[in-house]
Amino acid sequence: MSNSVELSIAKAINAGLAKSMRDNEKVLVFGEDVARLGGVFRVTEGLLDEFGDKRIFNSPIAESGIIGTAIGLAMRGFSPVAEIQFDGFIYPAFNQIVSQLAKLTNRSEGFLQMPVVIRVPYGGGIGAVEHHSESPEAYFAHTAGLRVVSPSNANDAYWMIQQAIESRDPVMFFEPKRRYWQKGQVNLDEAPQPLHSAATLRSGSDVTVVTYGPMVVTALQAAEVAATEGINLEVIDIRSLSPIDFNHIVESVKRTGRLIVAHEAGTFVSISSEIAAKIAELCFYHLEAPVIRVGGFDVPYPAAKLEELYLPDADRLMEAVDRVLAY
Amino acid sequence: MVQLLSVDGDFSVPKEHAVYGELIRDLREADFLKFYRDMARIRRFDHEATALQRQGQMGLWVPAIGQEGAQIGSGYGVGPNDHIFPSYREHGVAITHGVDLMSIVKMYRGVNHGGWNPHETRFHLYAIVLGTQALHATGYAMGLNFEGRVGTGDPENDLAVITYFGDGATAEGDVSEALLFASINKTPQVFFCQNNQWAISSPVGTQTTVPIYRRGEGFGVPGIRVDGNDVLACYAVTKKHMDDARGGLGPTLIEALTYRIGAHTTSDDPSKYRDADEVAHWEARDPISRFEKFLRKQGIGQDFFDEVAHAGDVIAAEVREATFALTEPALENMFDHVYSEPHPLVEEQKAWLQKYESELGGHSSKPDDGVSYGGTR
Repeated sequence: MSNSVELSIAKAINAGLAKSMRDNEKVLVFGEDVARLGGVFRVTEGLLDEFGDKRIFNSPIAESGIIGTAIGLAMRGFSPVAEIQFDGFIYPAFNQIVSQLAKLTNRSEGFLQMPVVIRVPYGGGIGAVEHHSESPEAYFAHTAGLRVVSPSNANDAYWMIQQAIESRDPVMFFEPKRRYWQKGQVNLDEAPQPLHSAATLRSGSDVTVVTYGPMVVTALQAAEVAATEGINLEVIDIRSLSPIDFNHIVESVKRTGRLIVAHEAGTFVSISSEIAAKIAELCFYHLEAPVIRVGGFDVPYPAAKLEELYLPDADRLMEAVDRVLAY
Repeated sequence: MVQLLSVDGDFSVPKEHAVYGELIRDLREADFLKFYRDMARIRRFDHEATALQRQGQMGLWVPAIGQEGAQIGSGYGVGPNDHIFPSYREHGVAITHGVDLMSIVKMYRGVNHGGWNPHETRFHLYAIVLGTQALHATGYAMGLNFEGRVGTGDPENDLAVITYFGDGATAEGDVSEALLFASINKTPQVFFCQNNQWAISSPVGTQTTVPIYRRGEGFGVPGIRVDGNDVLACYAVTKKHMDDARGGLGPTLIEALTYRIGAHTTSDDPSKYRDADEVAHWEARDPISRFEKFLRKQGIGQDFFDEVAHAGDVIAAEVREATFALTEPALENMFDHVYSEPHPLVEEQKAWLQKYESELGGHSSKPDDGVSYGGTR
């Protein structure tokens, strides 16, 4: 019988980090306020007591410096896990991520490996001030040399953080911050699947709904509602945004003939743009309707009192379901 | 400013710089001859590389003429196992650590983006986006701290790191952040700024109103200015502060005052923005002729200088021949090292291009030889 515990997503990431730090003494954790405080979301709480201040430490409030020094540490043979405190604070590090971290393996023709993980709490729904609710994943998925993942549940969070740390390539690890406190069973014995593979969380025959991160729960809620109307939604959590497990999506769409892609980010030049284009290419003769995208709007993330209007919810997904079934 | 050699090549040690003078007294004649040989070699190479660019053999060349004293002197002040994080003009430093000059030619020809093994040379890849390498150096040095490779007093164990950048790069936030992280972590590290007075067309006054060697003070990194055209002073100051860093005394910022005699790159025309008088002023302070005067005063005869001149011609001919012999990179090079682990999209696109090209019967169209891919900063 497998060893299973109930954990929140935040606690699952914490447990995964601790496991990696125990297994590999080259793993270092750093970022703003991660040490004694345990980070503003307490994801790294308790690690200082177990591992000491040479393995987990606070960085100056300088995001480019955090990532630039992570690169230098990786060159020395460490496996740095850097936390960027909030999604909207990552841009000062953009140059180091895009021009250096993503390109150094290529620049060195493979002599340098960059096993760096950048943890980013992302997305909205927590009533925050500006710059604390953004979904910047498409910038990084667009960048060759990076890998981009986002867990949606505690079991994935526990395993995907460990898999990201083991990767010899840089991994952007986007954590769905409004789901940090969502609990789930974590199987401590066995990784569920490879890091860059998608998972079908609910089977259905009428419409495929592809999403990731904080929107997975929303899609599962929509599937419950749809079921009461006799509509069977198939919900796929892609888990990895670069690379994307297209085979998994194709297999589903070939059965359902209808696809909705959903995320919090604005849809213009987004993860859903790529999936829609690729599925149109790969499933042209199987599609019964155009691929429909459901996302935030292409505006700066709104003030907290407007975010419920911005964020796609189960109703917005159902509206899309109605549209895709009208063909 | 630390200066040990006058413009006329006379060696003297001001009392306040005795600690640096002592390091020169430890050198032997063979070391002096090596300094001269390498400065002359890299300048001859530089002229040859410029000629090759003009003949269309390289997309771009970035000359370091005038900075040989700062580069050879500091390069030999770095310990053989220390790590070097250069910008993109450090050809002189490269040869002090055994980097094959053809690696640099290949990069500027457009065969690859660098491609040498920094684990082996300990001379890291050229950084084209200004100042980024300073943070990599600091991170690397933090790693040395964590590993206990600092301040044990065991010369086999202790290591330090040096990063090179120019006056222009001091304006980049990454250099300031690197100084801060170095100070906070007391890293075994030297920041070596070659202030060559010009960032393309912008004089140093565009970047700073405070002397560069003082830019570290506010971060807790002490600084010192050295005559960058005095190879002995550059050697001594670098060696002293690298030794201190290795010994656990923390980081230092060195500003080497020098001059970019040539253009920023082969895409640049410095006559548009600076006076011939200024260039002439600095040519009179040339690091190589200054050191030649010193050596002649030490009794080094004409035979040595003839031998060095001949060796330069040989190297130039070898570089020319090796450049002509460079083969075009395989298309796979574009894909093979994007990631360390397999990536389906990259694999798919590589396979597509391989098939497409094989159906076309190989490269059917190539850009004209000699097309410039523009400038770097």
